[in-house]
Amino acid sequence: MTTTIIRTTTKILAPLILVFGSYIILHGHLTPGGGFQGGAVFASGLALLIVANNKEKVKELFDKVPLSQLESLGALGFLGIGALGLMGYTFLKNVIANSDFLFGAPTPKGINPGYLNTGGTLSYLNIFVGTKVLAGLTSIVLIFFLILRRERDEW
Amino acid sequence: MRRALGLFAFLSFIIFLLAAAISLRPFGEPPHAEMDTYFIEHAQEEASANNVVTSVVFDYRGFDTLGEATVLFTAVSGVLMALRHYGGKEK
Repeated sequence: MTTTIIRTTTKILAPLILVFGSYIILHGHLTPGGGFQGGAVFASGLALLIVANNKEKVKELFDKVPLSQLESLGALGFLGIGALGLMGYTFLKNVIANSDFLFGAPTPKGINPGYLNTGGTLSYLNIFVGTKVLAGLTSIVLIFFLILRRERDEW
Repeated sequence: MRRALGLFAFLSFIIFLLAAAISLRPFGEPPHAEMDTYFIEHAQEEASANNVVTSVVFDYRGFDTLGEATVLFTAVSGVLMALRHYGGKEK
Protein backbone atom coordinates (compact mmCIF):
# COMPACT_ATOMS: atom_id res chain seq x y z
CA MET A 1 0.00 0.00 0.00
CA THR A 2 2.61 2.55 1.03
CA THR A 3 4.78 3.30 -1.96
CA THR A 4 8.13 5.04 -2.00
CA ILE A 5 6.51 8.17 -3.39
CA ILE A 6 4.15 8.46 -0.44
CA ARG A 7 6.91 7.80 2.09
CA THR A 8 9.29 10.36 0.56
CA THR A 9 6.59 13.00 0.24
CA THR A 10 5.52 12.43 3.83
CA LYS A 11 9.09 12.89 5.08
CA ILE A 12 9.17 16.36 3.51
CA LEU A 13 5.57 17.49 4.00
CA ALA A 14 4.54 16.15 7.42
CA PRO A 15 6.77 18.45 9.53
CA LEU A 16 5.65 21.46 7.51
CA ILE A 17 1.98 20.56 7.95
CA LEU A 18 2.41 20.03 11.70
CA VAL A 19 4.19 23.37 12.12
CA PHE A 20 1.55 25.13 10.02
CA GLY A 21 -1.24 23.61 12.14
CA SER A 22 0.42 24.79 15.35
CA TYR A 23 0.85 28.24 13.82
CA ILE A 24 -2.85 28.45 12.95
CA ILE A 25 -3.84 27.39 16.48
CA LEU A 26 -1.45 29.78 18.26
CA HIS A 27 -2.22 32.76 16.01
CA GLY A 28 -5.98 32.17 16.09
CA HIS A 29 -6.64 35.61 17.59
CA LEU A 30 -4.52 37.42 14.98
CA THR A 31 -4.91 35.71 11.62
CA PRO A 32 -7.74 33.82 9.90
CA GLY A 33 -8.30 30.41 11.42
CA GLY A 34 -8.43 29.26 15.00
CA GLY A 35 -8.69 26.17 17.14
CA PHE A 36 -10.98 24.10 14.91
CA GLN A 37 -9.16 24.86 11.67
CA GLY A 38 -5.66 24.50 13.10
CA GLY A 39 -6.60 21.26 14.83
CA ALA A 40 -7.92 19.87 11.55
CA VAL A 41 -4.68 20.83 9.75
CA PHE A 42 -2.58 19.24 12.51
CA ALA A 43 -4.72 16.10 12.38
CA SER A 44 -4.29 15.90 8.60
CA GLY A 45 -0.51 15.91 9.12
CA LEU A 46 -0.81 13.10 11.64
CA ALA A 47 -3.12 11.21 9.25
CA LEU A 48 -0.44 11.52 6.57
CA LEU A 49 2.06 10.03 9.03
CA ILE A 50 -0.39 7.20 9.80
CA VAL A 51 -1.11 6.17 6.21
CA ALA A 52 2.56 6.34 5.19
CA ASN A 53 3.71 3.73 7.69
CA ASN A 54 2.85 0.09 8.17
CA LYS A 55 0.75 -1.18 11.02
CA GLU A 56 3.49 -2.22 13.43
CA LYS A 57 5.26 1.12 13.10
CA VAL A 58 2.00 3.03 13.66
CA LYS A 59 1.18 0.95 16.73
CA GLU A 60 4.66 1.57 18.11
CA LEU A 61 4.46 5.31 17.37
CA PHE A 62 0.97 5.95 18.74
CA ASP A 63 1.10 3.55 21.69
CA LYS A 64 2.53 6.24 23.95
CA VAL A 65 0.33 9.11 22.70
CA PRO A 66 -2.59 9.71 25.11
CA LEU A 67 -5.15 10.73 22.47
CA SER A 68 -8.28 10.12 24.55
CA GLN A 69 -6.77 11.96 27.50
CA LEU A 70 -5.85 14.91 25.26
CA GLU A 71 -9.43 15.02 23.96
CA SER A 72 -10.85 15.09 27.48
CA LEU A 73 -8.23 17.65 28.54
CA GLY A 74 -9.38 19.95 25.74
CA ALA A 75 -13.04 19.72 26.74
CA LEU A 76 -12.31 20.22 30.46
CA GLY A 77 -9.93 23.08 29.73
CA PHE A 78 -12.61 24.85 27.70
CA LEU A 79 -15.07 24.48 30.57
CA GLY A 80 -12.44 25.59 33.09
CA ILE A 81 -11.56 28.75 31.16
CA GLY A 82 -15.27 29.42 30.80
CA ALA A 83 -15.77 28.97 34.53
CA LEU A 84 -13.01 31.54 35.20
CA GLY A 85 -15.51 34.14 33.99
CA LEU A 86 -17.80 33.29 36.88
CA MET A 87 -15.48 35.24 39.21
CA GLY A 88 -17.73 38.28 39.28
CA TYR A 89 -18.97 38.13 35.70
CA THR A 90 -20.80 35.64 33.48
CA PHE A 91 -19.80 32.27 32.03
CA LEU A 92 -17.13 32.58 29.26
CA LYS A 93 -16.52 36.28 30.05
CA ASN A 94 -13.13 37.41 28.77
CA VAL A 95 -11.59 38.10 32.21
CA ILE A 96 -7.94 37.72 31.15
CA ALA A 97 -8.05 40.46 28.49
CA ASN A 98 -6.32 43.72 29.53
CA SER A 99 -5.14 42.15 32.81
CA ASP A 100 -1.33 41.78 32.34
CA PHE A 101 -1.58 38.00 32.73
CA LEU A 102 -0.08 35.75 30.03
CA PHE A 103 -1.89 36.62 26.76
CA GLY A 104 -3.45 39.55 28.64
CA ALA A 105 -1.76 42.61 27.16
CA PRO A 106 -4.13 45.24 25.73
CA THR A 107 -4.43 45.62 21.97
CA PRO A 108 -3.90 49.11 20.53
CA LYS A 109 -7.02 50.29 18.74
CA GLY A 110 -6.91 50.62 15.00
CA ILE A 111 -4.44 49.15 12.54
CA ASN A 112 -1.52 47.35 14.23
CA PRO A 113 0.86 44.57 13.23
CA GLY A 114 -0.70 42.11 15.71
CA TYR A 115 0.93 41.05 18.96
CA LEU A 116 0.95 37.42 20.08
CA ASN A 117 0.64 38.33 23.78
CA THR A 118 -2.96 39.56 23.43
CA GLY A 119 -6.36 37.96 23.26
CA GLY A 120 -7.15 37.06 26.87
CA THR A 121 -9.21 33.89 27.08
CA LEU A 122 -9.43 33.67 23.28
CA SER A 123 -5.89 32.33 23.05
CA TYR A 124 -6.45 29.75 25.79
CA LEU A 125 -9.73 28.61 24.25
CA ASN A 126 -8.05 28.33 20.84
CA ILE A 127 -5.31 26.14 22.29
CA PHE A 128 -7.76 23.89 24.15
CA VAL A 129 -10.10 23.53 21.17
CA GLY A 130 -7.11 22.80 18.93
CA THR A 131 -5.88 20.06 21.29
CA LYS A 132 -9.35 18.56 21.39
CA VAL A 133 -9.92 18.62 17.61
CA LEU A 134 -6.52 17.19 16.72
CA ALA A 135 -6.84 14.40 19.27
CA GLY A 136 -10.38 13.54 18.20
CA LEU A 137 -9.79 13.48 14.44
CA THR A 138 -6.50 11.62 14.83
CA SER A 139 -8.06 8.93 17.00
CA ILE A 140 -10.86 8.40 14.44
CA VAL A 141 -8.33 8.07 11.58
CA LEU A 142 -6.16 5.80 13.72
CA ILE A 143 -8.96 3.42 14.64
CA PHE A 144 -10.15 3.15 11.03
CA PHE A 145 -6.56 2.51 9.91
CA LEU A 146 -6.11 -0.21 12.51
CA ILE A 147 -9.37 -1.86 11.49
CA LEU A 148 -8.55 -1.79 7.77
CA ARG A 149 -5.01 -3.11 8.30
CA ARG A 150 -6.05 -6.13 10.35
CA GLU A 151 -5.16 -9.54 9.07
CA ARG A 152 -8.03 -11.65 7.79
CA ASP A 153 -7.74 -14.29 10.50
CA GLU A 154 -7.83 -11.73 13.27
CA TRP A 155 -11.54 -11.06 12.79
CA MET B 1 -56.50 16.84 -12.23
CA ARG B 2 -53.21 16.13 -10.51
CA ARG B 3 -51.38 17.74 -13.41
CA ALA B 4 -53.45 20.90 -13.14
CA LEU B 5 -52.79 21.00 -9.40
CA GLY B 6 -49.08 20.59 -9.96
CA LEU B 7 -49.02 23.32 -12.57
CA PHE B 8 -50.92 25.65 -10.27
CA ALA B 9 -48.52 24.99 -7.39
CA PHE B 10 -45.52 25.47 -9.66
CA LEU B 11 -46.81 28.78 -11.04
CA SER B 12 -47.76 30.18 -7.65
CA PHE B 13 -44.34 29.22 -6.24
CA ILE B 14 -42.63 30.98 -9.17
CA ILE B 15 -44.72 34.11 -8.63
CA PHE B 16 -43.91 34.04 -4.93
CA LEU B 17 -40.18 33.73 -5.66
CA LEU B 18 -40.29 36.57 -8.20
CA ALA B 19 -42.13 38.83 -5.77
CA ALA B 20 -39.57 38.01 -3.06
CA ALA B 21 -36.70 38.72 -5.47
CA ILE B 22 -38.15 42.10 -6.43
CA SER B 23 -38.58 43.19 -2.82
CA LEU B 24 -35.02 42.20 -1.80
CA ARG B 25 -32.89 44.89 -0.22
CA PRO B 26 -29.95 46.19 -2.28
CA PHE B 27 -26.66 44.38 -1.72
CA GLY B 28 -24.51 45.62 1.16
CA GLU B 29 -27.26 47.46 3.04
CA PRO B 30 -28.54 45.18 5.82
CA PRO B 31 -31.59 46.48 7.69
CA HIS B 32 -30.03 46.32 11.16
CA ALA B 33 -26.30 47.09 11.22
CA GLU B 34 -25.98 48.26 14.85
CA MET B 35 -24.51 44.97 16.07
CA ASP B 36 -21.93 44.81 13.26
CA THR B 37 -20.89 48.37 13.99
CA TYR B 38 -20.63 47.59 17.70
CA PHE B 39 -18.40 44.56 17.06
CA ILE B 40 -16.14 46.46 14.68
CA GLU B 41 -15.82 49.43 17.04
CA HIS B 42 -15.40 47.62 20.36
CA ALA B 43 -13.99 44.13 19.67
CA GLN B 44 -10.37 45.23 19.76
CA GLU B 45 -10.54 46.82 23.20
CA GLU B 46 -13.06 44.46 24.81
CA ALA B 47 -11.72 41.11 23.62
CA SER B 48 -8.17 42.43 23.10
CA ALA B 49 -7.75 40.57 19.80
CA ASN B 50 -7.22 41.77 16.26
CA ASN B 51 -9.32 39.00 14.70
CA VAL B 52 -12.90 40.16 15.16
CA VAL B 53 -14.26 36.87 13.83
CA THR B 54 -12.44 34.96 16.57
CA SER B 55 -13.67 37.40 19.20
CA VAL B 56 -17.25 36.81 18.04
CA VAL B 57 -16.83 33.03 17.89
CA PHE B 58 -15.01 32.56 21.20
CA ASP B 59 -16.11 35.55 23.27
CA TYR B 60 -19.45 37.08 22.28
CA ARG B 61 -20.83 33.71 21.08
CA GLY B 62 -18.67 31.48 23.27
CA PHE B 63 -21.54 29.30 24.38
CA ASP B 64 -22.22 28.32 20.77
CA THR B 65 -18.60 27.22 20.38
CA LEU B 66 -18.90 25.17 23.55
CA GLY B 67 -21.85 23.37 21.93
CA GLU B 68 -19.86 22.71 18.75
CA ALA B 69 -16.99 21.29 20.77
CA THR B 70 -19.43 19.08 22.67
CA VAL B 71 -20.86 17.78 19.37
CA LEU B 72 -17.37 16.84 18.21
CA PHE B 73 -16.59 15.22 21.57
CA THR B 74 -19.79 13.16 21.41
CA ALA B 75 -19.07 12.06 17.83
CA VAL B 76 -15.53 10.97 18.66
CA SER B 77 -16.56 9.10 21.80
CA GLY B 78 -19.34 7.38 19.87
CA VAL B 79 -17.00 6.20 17.12
CA LEU B 80 -14.38 5.04 19.62
CA MET B 81 -16.96 3.27 21.76
CA ALA B 82 -18.43 1.42 18.77
CA LEU B 83 -15.16 0.48 17.07
CA ARG B 84 -12.67 0.07 19.94
CA HIS B 85 -13.43 -3.62 20.08
CA TYR B 86 -12.26 -4.17 16.49
CA GLY B 87 -9.23 -1.88 16.42
CA GLY B 88 -6.92 -3.79 18.70
CA LYS B 89 -6.18 -3.18 22.35
CA GLU B 90 -5.03 0.45 22.29
CA LYS B 91 -7.24 3.54 22.63
